Amino acid sequence: MDFLTEFPSMDRQDLRDLKKAIDGGFRDFSREFGEMLENFFEPLLRFLVWFEKLLIAAPWPVIILVVAGLAWLGSRNRTVVAGAVLSFLAIGYFGMWQDTMSTLAIISVATLLCIAVGIPLGILMARSDRMQTAITPVLDIMQTIPAFVYLIPVVMLLGIGKVPGLIAVCIYAIPPIVRLTNLGIRLVEKEALEAADAFGADYRQKLFGVQIPLALPNIFAGVNQTIMMALSMVVIASMIGVAGLGVPVLRSISNQYLALGLMNGLAIVALAIIFDRVSQRFGQRLQRHRGGLDHG
Amino acid sequence: MAETKIAIEKLYKIFGPRPQSVLAAVQQGMSKQQLLEEHNHVLGLKDINIDVSAREISVIMGLSGSGKSTLIRHINRLIEPTSGRIVVDGRDVLAMTREELIEVRRHSISMVFQRFGLHVHKTVAENAAYGLAIQGTPIGQAKEQSRQWLDRVGLSGFENHYPSQLSGGMQQRVGLARALATDADILLMDEPFSALDPLIRTDMQQVLLGLQEELHKTIVFITHDLDEALRLGDSIAILRDGAVIQQGNPQDIILHPADDYIFDFIKDINRGRVIESRSVMTPGEAVDGPSLPCDLVLEEALQVVSAAPLGRANVVDGGGNAVGSISLQQIIDAIARPAEEGDQEARYR
Repeated sequence: MDFLTEFPSMDRQDLRDLKKAIDGGFRDFSREFGEMLENFFEPLLRFLVWFEKLLIAAPWPVIILVVAGLAWLGSRNRTVVAGAVLSFLAIGYFGMWQDTMSTLAIISVATLLCIAVGIPLGILMARSDRMQTAITPVLDIMQTIPAFVYLIPVVMLLGIGKVPGLIAVCIYAIPPIVRLTNLGIRLVEKEALEAADAFGADYRQKLFGVQIPLALPNIFAGVNQTIMMALSMVVIASMIGVAGLGVPVLRSISNQYLALGLMNGLAIVALAIIFDRVSQRFGQRLQRHRGGLDHG
Repeated sequence: MAETKIAIEKLYKIFGPRPQSVLAAVQQGMSKQQLLEEHNHVLGLKDINIDVSAREISVIMGLSGSGKSTLIRHINRLIEPTSGRIVVDGRDVLAMTREELIEVRRHSISMVFQRFGLHVHKTVAENAAYGLAIQGTPIGQAKEQSRQWLDRVGLSGFENHYPSQLSGGMQQRVGLARALATDADILLMDEPFSALDPLIRTDMQQVLLGLQEELHKTIVFITHDLDEALRLGDSIAILRDGAVIQQGNPQDIILHPADDYIFDFIKDINRGRVIESRSVMTPGEAVDGPSLPCDLVLEEALQVVSAAPLGRANVVDGGGNAVGSISLQQIIDAIARPAEEGDQEARYR
């Protein structure tokens, strides 16, 4: 009966040895390659630090002007621009300017990194079904595994700081852009592609002339989602030493500062809404050719 | 006999996971039904042999599922055959490398699609210039060159519109301009006018005939519409269940349908507007009466002959020489719908 009531699990001693072996193996690996990886990410770190300092050092009116300008370029919508400017003024007025600049820096760099890695990965995935089958479960894991779990190896490898924070953000935020690039390319009408084939387009001409342009609305939806997810990682990233709006939130959790937590939380929300509205409207404008007058 | 531009020889196409494994059985005559039930493969094309003459419009006609769109895609190898040979300008398309094939598609064969195949994110001008851009012509120059083709198909002034802003007929004009702009000798047209309203379709047929009079392209034209086939085709091949059941000039097909299936196809057409005088005339000596050209359709020949006192007329060729004679009775016999034999319901299936 014992067999049925107690799960036939691995021997405790063996299990402990197994865990030890994995821990030891990874520790050896990080001792061996940690420095190399750190050197590898050194340029990224420098860029991130430089960009953050630039944002913090720049006079606030300049930043607000740039934000307004970018919002206008993206959305061509006065309400969106006004909302962005007002949000930034409120953020500054309530003393969150510097943290917001830090968050802005890491989110921008993380988004750029996700785009630079995610779009080619999505293209690769759209190229063959085998690739798609191989990459999809990896994306599933990245999206669902609790962030704390992959923080452990990242911190073991790279220690505490901006780069591990950036990597943690990217792991969480990259899946949507990969998925939607893949989806967008796969949804391109067969006729459009067949015409390209019939006129002798090679792989590159098809990709850049037909597939990517027609997939752009979907790719932009992916960028939008990636930004949103990156923002939602701000607090977790602050646990491993990333400066920004997450730090005061973390402090207010441990000290029960309601107002502090609320204000910084709302600042994150404001950033999210600005990014979302601007990128969504930009995505819509990319589709204006679909709008046209319909003659039936 | 006109020079052969495209020769299709013993072409087979079988769809399914392992077509080569059943090819031999199909070549020995296994039926489509049996192939599907016993081997789970679909027979696309069976032993196709067609010679396409240069500078003519060759129509391939068949109902949906007959394999006509599959067939035309073999010519520029958008679909790989299971077995057979396709020779274009003396070169075997199937033996070409990827690069050679791309060259041929860029410069020698262009294509027009049933659902237009335009790129919705590009303007009309950019679409028309697409083939040239793919060839490597700088886009500005390509647009300049393709503008004259947009003019020719009647789309001047629409250069900066997007395809979604145009009607179906206008979109297909863009498709036609795009195909003509590459200056390829061979034009593949896959049911180009089937998605259009009847009036616009007639219009487009006129546009095509007008262009062809001047350009003399080798055109392979797919359609399911017999009237269209008769109107455009210098020769017609009829496809059924993946096999050619009759090919020849339109006159031949109407006067001598190869089987009941084709007979049923042609029985409702207006014979007086299709059959030409030379097809029913009695060859030989000149008779007493007026003259009419040999390619005059019977409907019009009827007017001439019925006005003639003896009810007869001479049929003359392009040089004005009499090649035969035609009588009122011959015309009436040819126009009258031939009698139907037997129970037509169960004849084909």
